[in-house]
Amino acid sequence: MNEFRVAPASGLARAREDEATRYSRREFIKRVIASGAVASAATYIYGGLQGCSRQGPVPGFVERLVSLNVNGETRRVDVLPNETLAMTLRYKLGLTGTKLGCDRAECGACTVLIDDVAYNSCSVLTHSVRTRKVTTIEGIRGPNGELHPVQQAFVEELAPQCGFCTPGQVMSAVALLKRNPKPTRDECRHALSGNLCRCGAYDNYLNGVMRAAAAGAAST
Amino acid sequence: MSRDMMPHFELYQPDTVENAIDLAKRIGEGAWIMAGGQDSLDWFKDRAKRPRAVIEITGIQGLSGIRETAEGLEIGALTTLTEIENSALVREKYSLLSTAAGRVASPQIRNIGTLGGNLCQDARCWYYRSGVNCYRAGGNSCYADTPQGLNREHCLFGASRCVAVSPSDMGTASVALDAQMVIRGPDGERVVPAEEFFIGPATDIRRMTVLKPAEILTAVRYPKTWAGAKFYFEKVADRNTWDFALVSVASALRLEGGTIREARVVCGGVECVPRRLKAVEQLLVGSPQSDEVGRLAGTTAVRGATTLNFNHFKVPLMENLVRRAIRDA
Ligand SMILES: Cc1cc2nc3c(=O)[nH]c(=O)nc-3n(C[C@H](O)[C@H](O)[C@H](O)COP(=O)(O)OP(=O)(O)OC[C@H]3O[C@@H](n4cnc5c(N)ncnc54)[C@H](O)[C@@H]3O)c2cc1C
Ligand code: FES
Ligand code: FES
Repeated sequence: MNEFRVAPASGLARAREDEATRYSRREFIKRVIASGAVASAATYIYGGLQGCSRQGPVPGFVERLVSLNVNGETRRVDVLPNETLAMTLRYKLGLTGTKLGCDRAECGACTVLIDDVAYNSCSVLTHSVRTRKVTTIEGIRGPNGELHPVQQAFVEELAPQCGFCTPGQVMSAVALLKRNPKPTRDECRHALSGNLCRCGAYDNYLNGVMRAAAAGAAST
Repeated sequence: MSRDMMPHFELYQPDTVENAIDLAKRIGEGAWIMAGGQDSLDWFKDRAKRPRAVIEITGIQGLSGIRETAEGLEIGALTTLTEIENSALVREKYSLLSTAAGRVASPQIRNIGTLGGNLCQDARCWYYRSGVNCYRAGGNSCYADTPQGLNREHCLFGASRCVAVSPSDMGTASVALDAQMVIRGPDGERVVPAEEFFIGPATDIRRMTVLKPAEILTAVRYPKTWAGAKFYFEKVADRNTWDFALVSVASALRLEGGTIREARVVCGGVECVPRRLKAVEQLLVGSPQSDEVGRLAGTTAVRGATTLNFNHFKVPLMENLVRRAIRDA
Protein backbone atom coordinates (compact mmCIF):
# COMPACT_ATOMS: atom_id res chain seq x y z
CA MET A 1 0.00 0.00 0.00
CA ASN A 2 1.36 3.32 -1.05
CA GLU A 3 4.65 1.74 -1.93
CA PHE A 4 7.12 4.34 -2.99
CA ARG A 5 8.40 3.60 -6.43
CA VAL A 6 11.79 4.84 -7.42
CA ALA A 7 10.61 6.76 -10.46
CA PRO A 8 12.88 6.40 -13.48
CA ALA A 9 13.69 9.45 -15.52
CA SER A 10 11.67 9.47 -18.71
CA GLY A 11 13.34 7.78 -21.66
CA LEU A 12 15.37 5.36 -19.58
CA ALA A 13 15.35 1.74 -20.59
CA ARG A 14 12.25 -0.22 -19.65
CA ALA A 15 14.44 -2.77 -17.96
CA ARG A 16 15.47 -0.21 -15.46
CA GLU A 17 11.92 0.76 -14.80
CA ASP A 18 11.04 -2.85 -14.11
CA GLU A 19 13.85 -3.10 -11.68
CA ALA A 20 12.89 0.13 -10.01
CA THR A 21 9.26 -0.84 -9.53
CA ARG A 22 10.31 -4.05 -7.88
CA TYR A 23 11.95 -2.05 -5.14
CA SER A 24 9.47 -0.71 -2.69
CA ARG A 25 10.57 2.11 -0.47
CA ARG A 26 10.17 -0.24 2.43
CA GLU A 27 12.66 -2.63 0.97
CA PHE A 28 14.95 0.17 0.04
CA ILE A 29 14.97 1.41 3.59
CA LYS A 30 15.41 -2.08 4.93
CA ARG A 31 18.56 -2.44 2.88
CA VAL A 32 19.94 0.85 4.05
CA ILE A 33 19.15 -0.01 7.62
CA ALA A 34 20.68 -3.45 7.45
CA SER A 35 24.05 -2.01 6.54
CA GLY A 36 24.58 0.46 9.35
CA ALA A 37 21.99 0.55 11.99
CA VAL A 38 22.70 -2.67 13.76
CA ALA A 39 26.16 -1.55 14.67
CA SER A 40 24.90 1.73 15.99
CA ALA A 41 22.12 0.01 17.88
CA ALA A 42 24.80 -1.89 19.72
CA THR A 43 26.40 1.32 20.89
CA TYR A 44 23.02 2.45 22.06
CA ILE A 45 22.58 -0.58 24.18
CA TYR A 46 26.05 -0.89 25.57
CA GLY A 47 27.19 2.70 25.38
CA GLY A 48 24.32 4.15 27.35
CA LEU A 49 24.41 5.03 31.01
CA GLN A 50 28.06 5.88 31.24
CA GLY A 51 29.17 6.02 34.82
CA CYS A 52 26.63 3.47 35.91
CA SER A 53 28.06 0.30 37.22
CA ARG A 54 25.64 -2.23 35.76
CA GLN A 55 27.03 -4.28 32.88
CA GLY A 56 25.21 -5.08 29.67
CA PRO A 57 21.77 -3.96 28.57
CA VAL A 58 19.89 -1.72 30.95
CA PRO A 59 16.28 -2.70 31.64
CA GLY A 60 13.89 -0.58 29.64
CA PHE A 61 16.39 0.63 27.07
CA VAL A 62 14.82 0.78 23.60
CA GLU A 63 16.04 -1.11 20.53
CA ARG A 64 16.17 0.97 17.38
CA LEU A 65 15.01 -1.62 14.86
CA VAL A 66 11.31 -1.98 15.31
CA SER A 67 8.29 -3.43 13.53
CA LEU A 68 5.50 -0.93 13.21
CA ASN A 69 1.92 -1.81 12.42
CA VAL A 70 0.97 0.90 9.93
CA ASN A 71 -2.20 0.73 7.86
CA GLY A 72 -2.50 -2.98 8.47
CA GLU A 73 1.03 -3.82 7.39
CA THR A 74 4.08 -4.67 9.43
CA ARG A 75 6.91 -2.35 8.51
CA ARG A 76 10.45 -2.80 9.76
CA VAL A 77 12.16 0.48 10.33
CA ASP A 78 15.10 2.00 12.16
CA VAL A 79 13.74 4.52 14.63
CA LEU A 80 15.86 6.95 16.60
CA PRO A 81 14.97 7.41 20.27
CA ASN A 82 14.22 11.09 19.64
CA GLU A 83 12.09 10.53 16.54
CA THR A 84 8.46 11.56 16.33
CA LEU A 85 5.87 9.42 14.61
CA ALA A 86 5.33 12.13 11.99
CA MET A 87 9.03 11.94 11.09
CA THR A 88 8.93 8.16 10.76
CA LEU A 89 5.76 8.19 8.69
CA ARG A 90 6.76 10.96 6.34
CA TYR A 91 10.48 10.55 5.95
CA LYS A 92 11.07 6.86 6.50
CA LEU A 93 7.87 5.18 5.37
CA GLY A 94 7.01 7.64 2.60
CA LEU A 95 3.54 8.27 3.99
CA THR A 96 3.49 11.97 3.22
CA GLY A 97 -0.29 12.30 3.39
CA THR A 98 0.25 13.12 7.05
CA LYS A 99 1.14 16.82 7.12
CA LEU A 100 3.40 18.75 9.46
CA GLY A 101 2.03 22.18 10.24
CA CYS A 102 3.37 23.46 13.53
CA ASP A 103 5.27 20.45 14.91
CA ARG A 104 4.06 21.63 18.35
CA ALA A 105 0.67 19.93 18.91
CA GLU A 106 -1.04 23.19 18.04
CA CYS A 107 -2.71 22.58 14.67
CA GLY A 108 -3.73 18.95 14.15
CA ALA A 109 -2.44 18.74 10.55
CA CYS A 110 -0.47 15.65 11.58
CA THR A 111 -3.43 13.79 13.11
CA VAL A 112 -3.28 10.00 12.76
CA LEU A 113 -5.14 7.22 14.54
CA ILE A 114 -3.43 5.09 17.12
CA ASP A 115 -5.64 2.17 18.06
CA ASP A 116 -8.45 4.18 16.45
CA VAL A 117 -7.89 7.26 18.65
CA ALA A 118 -6.76 10.62 17.19
CA TYR A 119 -3.21 11.71 18.10
CA ASN A 120 -0.92 14.45 16.87
CA SER A 121 1.82 12.40 15.27
CA CYS A 122 4.25 15.34 15.57
CA SER A 123 4.04 15.08 19.33
CA VAL A 124 4.43 11.41 20.06
CA LEU A 125 7.64 9.43 19.91
CA THR A 126 7.46 6.54 17.47
CA HIS A 127 8.91 4.31 20.18
CA SER A 128 5.97 5.13 22.44
CA VAL A 129 3.51 3.55 20.03
CA ARG A 130 5.57 0.82 18.41
CA THR A 131 3.31 -1.96 19.72
CA ARG A 132 0.13 -0.26 18.62
CA LYS A 133 -1.94 0.05 15.46
CA VAL A 134 -1.24 3.19 13.44
CA THR A 135 -3.65 4.38 10.74
CA THR A 136 -2.80 7.27 8.45
CA ILE A 137 -4.79 9.00 5.74
CA GLU A 138 -3.32 6.47 3.28
CA GLY A 139 -4.85 3.64 5.26
CA ILE A 140 -8.52 4.53 5.23
CA ARG A 141 -9.40 3.94 1.59
CA GLY A 142 -11.74 1.12 0.69
CA PRO A 143 -10.66 -2.32 -0.60
CA ASN A 144 -10.82 -1.13 -4.21
CA GLY A 145 -9.07 2.14 -3.59
CA GLU A 146 -12.27 4.15 -3.27
CA LEU A 147 -12.45 7.18 -1.01
CA HIS A 148 -13.50 6.73 2.59
CA PRO A 149 -17.08 8.01 3.12
CA VAL A 150 -15.67 10.95 5.12
CA GLN A 151 -13.43 11.89 2.21
CA GLN A 152 -16.30 11.47 -0.23
CA ALA A 153 -18.53 13.67 1.92
CA PHE A 154 -15.78 16.31 2.16
CA VAL A 155 -15.58 16.34 -1.64
CA GLU A 156 -19.33 16.72 -1.95
CA GLU A 157 -19.44 19.51 0.60
CA LEU A 158 -16.46 21.28 -1.00
CA ALA A 159 -14.93 21.16 2.45
CA PRO A 160 -11.26 21.87 1.82
CA GLN A 161 -9.94 25.10 0.44
CA CYS A 162 -6.17 24.87 0.21
CA GLY A 163 -6.38 21.33 1.56
CA PHE A 164 -3.39 21.41 3.87
CA CYS A 165 -5.39 20.68 7.01
CA THR A 166 -7.63 18.15 5.25
CA PRO A 167 -5.84 14.88 6.09
CA GLY A 168 -5.95 15.85 9.76
CA GLN A 169 -9.60 16.87 9.58
CA VAL A 170 -10.43 13.56 7.91
CA MET A 171 -8.61 11.55 10.57
CA SER A 172 -10.31 13.38 13.43
CA ALA A 173 -13.67 12.82 11.76
CA VAL A 174 -12.96 9.13 11.18
CA ALA A 175 -11.98 8.74 14.85
CA LEU A 176 -15.18 10.45 15.94
CA LEU A 177 -17.45 8.32 13.76
CA LYS A 178 -15.78 5.14 14.97
CA ARG A 179 -16.79 5.86 18.55
CA ASN A 180 -19.92 7.87 17.87
CA PRO A 181 -21.56 6.98 14.54
CA LYS A 182 -24.40 9.50 14.90
CA PRO A 183 -22.88 12.63 16.42
CA THR A 184 -24.65 15.93 16.84
CA ARG A 185 -23.18 18.95 15.12
CA ASP A 186 -21.87 20.11 18.49
CA GLU A 187 -20.18 16.78 19.11
CA CYS A 188 -18.54 17.11 15.67
CA ARG A 189 -17.37 20.59 16.48
CA HIS A 190 -15.88 19.36 19.77
CA ALA A 191 -14.18 16.39 18.06
CA LEU A 192 -12.68 18.55 15.29
CA SER A 193 -11.72 21.42 17.59
CA GLY A 194 -8.10 20.24 17.62
CA ASN A 195 -7.76 20.78 13.87
CA LEU A 196 -6.84 24.28 12.86
CA CYS A 197 -7.82 25.44 9.37
CA ARG A 198 -6.00 28.53 8.21
CA CYS A 199 -8.55 28.90 5.40
CA GLY A 200 -11.39 28.94 7.91
CA ALA A 201 -13.36 26.19 6.22
CA TYR A 202 -14.67 24.90 9.52
CA ASP A 203 -18.35 24.93 8.66
CA ASN A 204 -17.78 23.09 5.42
CA TYR A 205 -15.90 20.38 7.29
CA LEU A 206 -18.71 20.10 9.83
CA ASN A 207 -21.21 19.77 6.97
CA GLY A 208 -19.01 17.01 5.59
CA VAL A 209 -18.88 15.06 8.84
CA MET A 210 -22.65 15.32 9.27
CA ARG A 211 -23.12 14.09 5.72
CA ALA A 212 -20.73 11.20 6.25
CA ALA A 213 -22.54 10.27 9.47
CA ALA A 214 -25.88 10.34 7.68
CA ALA A 215 -24.41 8.07 5.01
CA GLY A 216 -23.35 5.57 7.67
CA ALA A 217 -19.61 6.12 7.47
CA ALA A 218 -18.95 4.27 10.70
CA SER A 219 -19.72 0.88 9.16
CA THR A 220 -16.61 1.12 7.00
CA MET B 1 9.79 27.18 14.44
CA SER B 2 12.07 24.41 13.51
CA ARG B 3 10.78 21.21 12.03
CA ASP B 4 13.95 19.24 12.28
CA MET B 5 14.77 16.47 14.71
CA MET B 6 14.96 17.07 18.40
CA PRO B 7 18.47 16.80 19.80
CA HIS B 8 19.47 13.28 20.67
CA PHE B 9 18.60 11.63 23.97
CA GLU B 10 18.68 8.09 25.23
CA LEU B 11 15.23 6.61 25.69
CA TYR B 12 14.22 4.21 28.43
CA GLN B 13 10.82 2.58 28.84
CA PRO B 14 10.86 0.91 32.25
CA ASP B 15 7.91 -1.26 33.18
CA THR B 16 7.85 -0.74 36.93
CA VAL B 17 7.91 2.34 39.12
CA GLU B 18 10.94 0.91 40.93
CA ASN B 19 12.90 0.58 37.69
CA ALA B 20 11.96 4.11 36.68
CA ILE B 21 13.07 5.56 40.00
CA ASP B 22 16.25 3.50 39.95
CA LEU B 23 17.09 4.69 36.43
CA ALA B 24 16.36 8.33 37.28
CA LYS B 25 18.54 8.08 40.35
CA ARG B 26 21.44 6.50 38.53
CA ILE B 27 21.33 8.87 35.56
CA GLY B 28 21.09 11.84 37.88
CA GLU B 29 20.83 15.35 36.57
CA GLY B 30 20.43 14.51 32.89
CA ALA B 31 17.34 12.37 33.48
CA TRP B 32 13.86 13.48 32.41
CA ILE B 33 10.70 11.62 33.34
CA MET B 34 8.10 11.71 30.59
CA ALA B 35 4.48 10.56 30.45
CA GLY B 36 2.40 11.70 27.45
CA GLY B 37 5.14 14.12 26.39
CA GLN B 38 2.82 17.03 25.57
CA ASP B 39 4.81 19.40 27.74
CA SER B 40 8.16 17.63 27.49
CA LEU B 41 8.59 17.35 23.72
CA ASP B 42 8.17 21.10 23.18
CA TRP B 43 11.04 21.74 25.56
CA PHE B 44 13.26 19.35 23.64
CA LYS B 45 12.24 20.65 20.21
CA ASP B 46 12.97 24.22 21.26
CA ARG B 47 16.28 23.08 22.76
CA ALA B 48 15.41 24.92 25.91
CA LYS B 49 15.91 21.73 27.94
CA ARG B 50 18.31 19.07 26.83
CA PRO B 51 18.08 15.93 28.91
CA ARG B 52 20.62 13.19 28.37
CA ALA B 53 18.07 10.46 28.98
CA VAL B 54 14.30 10.37 28.79
CA ILE B 55 12.54 7.87 31.00
CA GLU B 56 9.16 7.25 29.48
CA ILE B 57 6.83 5.90 32.13
CA THR B 58 3.66 5.18 30.13
CA GLY B 59 4.47 1.48 29.96
CA ILE B 60 4.29 1.06 33.72
CA GLN B 61 1.36 -1.14 34.67
CA GLY B 62 -1.02 -0.08 37.41
CA LEU B 63 -0.48 3.67 37.13
CA SER B 64 -3.56 4.36 35.10
CA GLY B 65 -7.25 4.02 35.71
CA ILE B 66 -10.00 5.53 37.82
CA ARG B 67 -11.07 3.65 40.94
CA GLU B 68 -13.66 4.30 43.60
CA THR B 69 -12.23 3.52 47.03
CA ALA B 70 -13.57 3.63 50.58
CA GLU B 71 -12.07 7.11 50.95
CA GLY B 72 -13.24 8.51 47.62
CA LEU B 73 -11.73 8.44 44.18
CA GLU B 74 -8.24 7.42 43.13
CA ILE B 75 -6.94 8.31 39.68
CA GLY B 76 -3.66 6.86 38.45
CA ALA B 77 -1.14 9.45 37.28
CA LEU B 78 -1.00 7.95 33.78
CA THR B 79 -4.75 8.21 33.22
CA THR B 80 -5.37 10.38 30.17
CA LEU B 81 -7.39 13.56 30.33
CA THR B 82 -9.85 12.09 27.82
CA GLU B 83 -10.50 9.17 30.16
CA ILE B 84 -11.20 11.61 32.99
CA GLU B 85 -13.38 13.77 30.77
CA ASN B 86 -15.50 10.79 29.70
CA SER B 87 -15.59 8.70 32.87
CA ALA B 88 -19.19 8.13 34.00
CA LEU B 89 -18.03 7.88 37.61
CA VAL B 90 -16.15 11.16 37.52
CA ARG B 91 -18.99 12.90 35.71
CA GLU B 92 -21.50 11.70 38.25
CA LYS B 93 -19.68 12.49 41.47
CA TYR B 94 -16.72 14.77 40.71
CA SER B 95 -17.90 16.64 37.64
CA LEU B 96 -15.52 19.48 38.47
CA LEU B 97 -12.70 17.18 37.33
CA SER B 98 -14.35 15.99 34.11
CA THR B 99 -15.29 19.55 33.19
CA ALA B 100 -11.77 20.83 33.84
CA ALA B 101 -10.22 17.92 31.91
CA GLY B 102 -12.46 18.70 28.93
CA ARG B 103 -11.16 22.26 28.86
CA VAL B 104 -7.50 21.33 28.57
CA ALA B 105 -5.68 21.93 25.28
CA SER B 106 -7.24 20.02 22.35
CA PRO B 107 -8.88 16.60 21.85
CA GLN B 108 -5.66 15.12 20.44
CA ILE B 109 -3.62 16.41 23.38
CA ARG B 110 -6.18 15.13 25.90
CA ASN B 111 -6.03 11.70 24.24
CA ILE B 112 -2.39 11.34 25.22
CA GLY B 113 -1.77 13.93 27.95
CA THR B 114 -1.92 12.43 31.42
CA LEU B 115 -3.24 13.67 34.73
CA GLY B 116 0.25 13.40 36.23
CA GLY B 117 1.86 15.30 33.36
CA ASN B 118 -0.76 17.99 33.56
CA LEU B 119 -0.18 18.49 37.28
CA CYS B 120 3.62 18.38 36.99
CA GLN B 121 3.93 20.54 33.86
CA ASP B 122 6.31 23.46 33.84
CA ALA B 123 5.49 27.17 33.57
CA ARG B 124 4.26 28.60 30.28
CA CYS B 125 5.91 32.02 30.47
CA TRP B 126 7.05 32.42 26.89
CA TYR B 127 10.32 34.08 27.81
CA TYR B 128 11.19 31.10 29.95
CA ARG B 129 9.95 28.63 27.32
CA SER B 130 11.98 30.23 24.58
CA GLY B 131 15.10 29.32 26.49
CA VAL B 132 16.28 32.70 27.78
CA ASN B 133 18.36 32.70 30.89
CA CYS B 134 15.71 34.05 33.28
CA TYR B 135 15.50 33.47 37.03
CA ARG B 136 13.49 30.28 36.57
CA ALA B 137 16.10 29.00 34.15
CA GLY B 138 18.87 29.72 36.66
CA GLY B 139 19.79 33.22 35.46
CA ASN B 140 19.42 36.57 37.16
CA SER B 141 16.67 38.54 35.47
CA CYS B 142 13.01 38.39 34.60
CA TYR B 143 12.10 39.39 31.05
CA ALA B 144 8.36 39.53 31.64
CA ASP B 145 8.35 41.96 34.54
CA THR B 146 9.98 44.88 32.72
CA PRO B 147 8.44 48.06 31.26
CA GLN B 148 8.37 46.51 27.78
CA GLY B 149 7.80 42.94 28.90
CA LEU B 150 4.76 41.21 27.39
CA ASN B 151 3.09 40.10 30.57
CA ARG B 152 -0.57 39.89 29.70
CA GLU B 153 -0.63 36.25 30.83
CA HIS B 154 1.35 36.76 33.99
CA CYS B 155 0.48 36.87 37.67
CA LEU B 156 -1.49 39.08 40.02
CA PHE B 157 -0.29 37.45 43.22
CA GLY B 158 2.79 35.91 44.74
CA ALA B 159 5.40 37.42 42.42
CA SER B 160 8.89 36.78 43.66
CA ARG B 161 11.37 37.64 40.94
CA CYS B 162 9.41 35.29 38.62
CA VAL B 163 5.87 36.31 37.56
CA ALA B 164 4.79 33.10 35.78
CA VAL B 165 1.41 31.55 36.57
CA SER B 166 0.20 28.02 37.17
CA PRO B 167 -0.81 26.61 33.76
CA SER B 168 -2.51 23.43 34.97
CA ASP B 169 -6.29 23.26 34.71
CA MET B 170 -6.30 19.98 36.62
CA GLY B 171 -4.23 21.66 39.34
CA THR B 172 -6.90 24.29 39.87
CA ALA B 173 -9.62 21.62 40.09
CA SER B 174 -7.51 19.32 42.26
CA VAL B 175 -6.77 21.96 44.89
CA ALA B 176 -10.50 22.76 45.06
CA LEU B 177 -11.23 19.08 45.77
CA ASP B 178 -8.62 18.73 48.55
CA ALA B 179 -6.71 16.18 46.49
CA GLN B 180 -3.89 14.13 47.96
CA MET B 181 -0.88 13.48 45.76
CA VAL B 182 0.74 10.07 46.10
CA ILE B 183 4.46 10.29 45.37
CA ARG B 184 7.02 7.52 45.17
CA GLY B 185 10.76 8.07 45.18
CA PRO B 186 14.07 6.59 46.24
CA ASP B 187 13.03 6.99 49.89
CA GLY B 188 9.65 5.33 49.55
CA GLU B 189 6.15 6.77 49.38
CA ARG B 190 4.81 10.06 50.67
CA VAL B 191 1.40 11.69 50.36
CA VAL B 192 1.18 15.46 49.95
CA PRO B 193 -1.97 17.62 49.90
CA ALA B 194 -2.49 19.31 46.51
CA GLU B 195 -2.23 22.71 48.11
CA GLU B 196 1.29 21.98 49.33
CA PHE B 197 2.24 20.08 46.18
CA PHE B 198 2.41 23.27 44.10
CA ILE B 199 5.11 25.74 45.07
CA GLY B 200 5.78 29.34 44.14
CA PRO B 201 9.03 31.08 43.26
CA ALA B 202 9.60 32.24 46.82
CA THR B 203 9.89 28.58 47.84
CA ASP B 204 11.89 27.36 44.84
CA ILE B 205 12.14 29.39 41.67
CA ARG B 206 13.34 26.42 39.60
CA ARG B 207 10.42 24.11 40.34
CA MET B 208 6.62 24.25 40.16
CA THR B 209 5.98 21.33 42.53
CA VAL B 210 7.56 19.69 45.56
CA LEU B 211 8.69 16.74 43.43
CA LYS B 212 12.37 16.01 43.88
CA PRO B 213 14.55 14.39 41.22
CA ALA B 214 13.69 10.71 40.73
CA GLU B 215 10.31 11.11 42.41
CA ILE B 216 7.22 9.99 40.53
CA LEU B 217 3.64 10.99 41.10
CA THR B 218 1.79 7.68 41.03
CA ALA B 219 -1.81 8.63 41.81
CA VAL B 220 -4.08 11.40 42.96
CA ARG B 221 -6.74 10.76 45.62
CA TYR B 222 -9.91 12.81 45.80
CA PRO B 223 -11.63 12.48 49.18
CA LYS B 224 -15.31 11.61 49.18
CA THR B 225 -16.14 14.66 51.27
CA TRP B 226 -16.68 16.49 47.98
CA ALA B 227 -18.41 13.72 46.04
CA GLY B 228 -21.66 15.01 44.58
CA ALA B 229 -21.17 18.56 45.88
CA LYS B 230 -22.14 21.62 43.87
CA PHE B 231 -19.37 22.50 41.45
CA TYR B 232 -18.44 25.25 39.05
CA PHE B 233 -15.52 25.44 36.63
CA GLU B 234 -14.90 28.16 34.12
CA LYS B 235 -11.81 29.00 32.14
CA VAL B 236 -11.32 32.11 30.07
CA ALA B 237 -8.68 31.81 27.36
CA ASP B 238 -8.02 33.57 24.07
CA ARG B 239 -9.25 30.55 22.14
CA ASN B 240 -11.30 27.68 23.50
CA THR B 241 -8.86 25.15 22.11
CA TRP B 242 -5.11 25.01 22.84
CA ASP B 243 -4.88 28.14 24.90
CA PHE B 244 -4.08 28.24 28.57
CA ALA B 245 -6.29 29.97 31.10
CA LEU B 246 -5.94 33.72 31.38
CA VAL B 247 -7.98 33.24 34.52
CA SER B 248 -9.91 30.14 35.56
CA VAL B 249 -12.02 29.35 38.59
CA ALA B 250 -13.05 26.14 40.32
CA SER B 251 -15.49 26.01 43.20
CA ALA B 252 -17.00 23.28 45.36
CA LEU B 253 -19.88 24.08 47.69
CA ARG B 254 -21.81 22.05 50.27
CA LEU B 255 -25.16 23.52 51.24
CA GLU B 256 -27.64 22.77 53.98
CA GLY B 257 -31.08 24.30 53.66
CA GLY B 258 -29.88 27.09 51.39
CA THR B 259 -26.89 27.96 53.56
CA ILE B 260 -23.32 27.28 52.47
CA ARG B 261 -21.69 24.95 55.02
CA GLU B 262 -18.39 24.30 53.31
CA ALA B 263 -16.65 25.90 50.35
CA ARG B 264 -13.52 25.72 48.24
CA VAL B 265 -12.75 28.42 45.70
CA VAL B 266 -9.57 28.30 43.65
CA CYS B 267 -8.30 30.41 40.75
CA GLY B 268 -5.84 29.42 38.03
CA GLY B 269 -3.77 31.81 35.93
CA VAL B 270 -3.31 34.40 38.67
CA GLU B 271 -0.40 33.04 40.70
CA CYS B 272 2.41 30.56 40.24
CA VAL B 273 0.30 28.01 42.12
CA PRO B 274 -3.44 27.38 41.92
CA ARG B 275 -4.62 30.18 44.24
CA ARG B 276 -6.92 28.98 46.98
CA LEU B 277 -9.11 31.87 48.16
CA LYS B 278 -9.36 31.18 51.87
CA ALA B 279 -10.81 34.59 52.74
CA VAL B 280 -13.59 34.00 50.25
CA GLU B 281 -14.25 30.53 51.63
CA GLN B 282 -14.54 31.92 55.16
CA LEU B 283 -16.97 34.56 54.08
CA LEU B 284 -19.10 31.99 52.26
CA VAL B 285 -19.60 29.65 55.20
CA GLY B 286 -22.92 30.50 56.80
CA SER B 287 -24.04 32.66 53.87
CA PRO B 288 -26.77 31.92 51.35
CA GLN B 289 -25.82 31.05 47.78
CA SER B 290 -26.82 34.26 46.09
CA ASP B 291 -25.63 36.78 43.57
CA GLU B 292 -25.02 39.29 46.32
CA VAL B 293 -22.77 36.92 48.20
CA GLY B 294 -21.06 36.08 44.91
CA ARG B 295 -20.40 39.74 44.28
CA LEU B 296 -18.90 40.16 47.73
CA ALA B 297 -16.81 37.04 47.14
CA GLY B 298 -15.50 38.54 43.89
CA THR B 299 -14.47 41.78 45.57
CA THR B 300 -12.76 39.84 48.33
CA ALA B 301 -11.00 37.56 45.85
CA VAL B 302 -9.02 40.30 44.12
CA ARG B 303 -7.94 42.14 47.25
CA GLY B 304 -4.16 42.54 47.20
CA ALA B 305 -3.81 41.93 43.47
CA THR B 306 -0.68 43.56 42.05
CA THR B 307 -0.91 44.16 38.34
CA LEU B 308 1.86 44.23 35.77
CA ASN B 309 1.86 46.50 32.72
CA PHE B 310 -0.48 44.47 30.55
CA ASN B 311 -2.57 42.30 32.83
CA HIS B 312 -4.94 44.75 34.53
CA PHE B 313 -7.82 43.08 32.74
CA LYS B 314 -7.31 40.02 34.91
CA VAL B 315 -8.63 41.82 37.98
CA PRO B 316 -12.24 42.32 36.84
CA LEU B 317 -12.06 38.97 35.07
CA MET B 318 -11.16 37.19 38.27
CA GLU B 319 -13.75 39.15 40.20
CA ASN B 320 -16.51 38.15 37.81
CA LEU B 321 -15.45 34.54 37.56
CA VAL B 322 -15.47 34.15 41.34
CA ARG B 323 -18.88 35.77 41.51
CA ARG B 324 -20.24 33.28 38.99
CA ALA B 325 -18.51 30.39 40.70
CA ILE B 326 -20.61 31.11 43.79
CA ARG B 327 -23.86 32.18 42.17
CA ASP B 328 -24.02 29.53 39.46
CA ALA B 329 -22.47 26.50 41.20
C1 LIG C 1 -0.67 23.30 22.48
C2 LIG C 1 -0.80 22.93 23.93
C3 LIG C 1 -1.86 23.41 24.66
C4 LIG C 1 -2.01 23.10 26.01
N1 LIG C 1 -3.07 23.61 26.69
C5 LIG C 1 -3.23 23.30 27.99
C6 LIG C 1 -4.34 23.82 28.72
O1 LIG C 1 -5.18 24.53 28.18
N2 LIG C 1 -4.45 23.51 30.03
C7 LIG C 1 -3.55 22.72 30.66
O2 LIG C 1 -3.73 22.45 31.84
N3 LIG C 1 -2.49 22.23 30.00
C8 LIG C 1 -2.32 22.47 28.69
N4 LIG C 1 -1.24 21.96 28.01
C9 LIG C 1 -0.16 21.35 28.82
C10 LIG C 1 0.09 19.86 28.91
O3 LIG C 1 0.92 19.46 27.88
C11 LIG C 1 -1.06 18.95 28.96
O4 LIG C 1 -1.98 19.46 29.83
C12 LIG C 1 -0.74 17.47 29.33
O5 LIG C 1 -1.66 17.00 30.26
C13 LIG C 1 0.60 17.15 29.87
O6 LIG C 1 0.61 15.77 30.17
P1 LIG C 1 1.72 14.79 29.60
O7 LIG C 1 1.48 13.47 30.20
O8 LIG C 1 1.72 14.85 28.14
O9 LIG C 1 3.01 15.50 30.19
P2 LIG C 1 4.57 15.23 29.99
O10 LIG C 1 5.10 16.15 28.96
O11 LIG C 1 4.84 13.79 29.82
O12 LIG C 1 5.09 15.69 31.42
C14 LIG C 1 5.04 17.03 31.83
C15 LIG C 1 6.00 17.25 32.99
O13 LIG C 1 5.57 16.52 34.12
C16 LIG C 1 6.52 15.55 34.51
N5 LIG C 1 5.77 14.34 34.80
C17 LIG C 1 4.83 13.76 34.01
N6 LIG C 1 4.26 12.72 34.64
C18 LIG C 1 4.87 12.63 35.84
C19 LIG C 1 4.72 11.74 36.95
N7 LIG C 1 3.81 10.76 36.95
N8 LIG C 1 5.51 11.93 38.02
C20 LIG C 1 6.44 12.93 38.04
N9 LIG C 1 6.61 13.80 37.03
C21 LIG C 1 5.84 13.64 35.95
C22 LIG C 1 7.50 15.42 33.38
O14 LIG C 1 8.79 15.17 33.87
C23 LIG C 1 7.42 16.79 32.72
O15 LIG C 1 8.29 17.67 33.35
C24 LIG C 1 -1.07 22.24 26.64
C25 LIG C 1 -0.01 21.75 25.90
C26 LIG C 1 0.14 22.06 24.56
C27 LIG C 1 1.28 21.51 23.80
S1 FES D 1 1.96 19.47 13.11
FE1 FES D 1 1.27 18.25 14.72
S2 FES D 1 -0.22 19.47 15.62
FE2 FES D 1 0.62 20.83 14.14
S1 FES E 1 -8.38 24.12 3.91
FE1 FES E 1 -6.63 25.42 3.99
S2 FES E 1 -5.95 25.04 6.01
FE2 FES E 1 -7.87 24.13 6.03
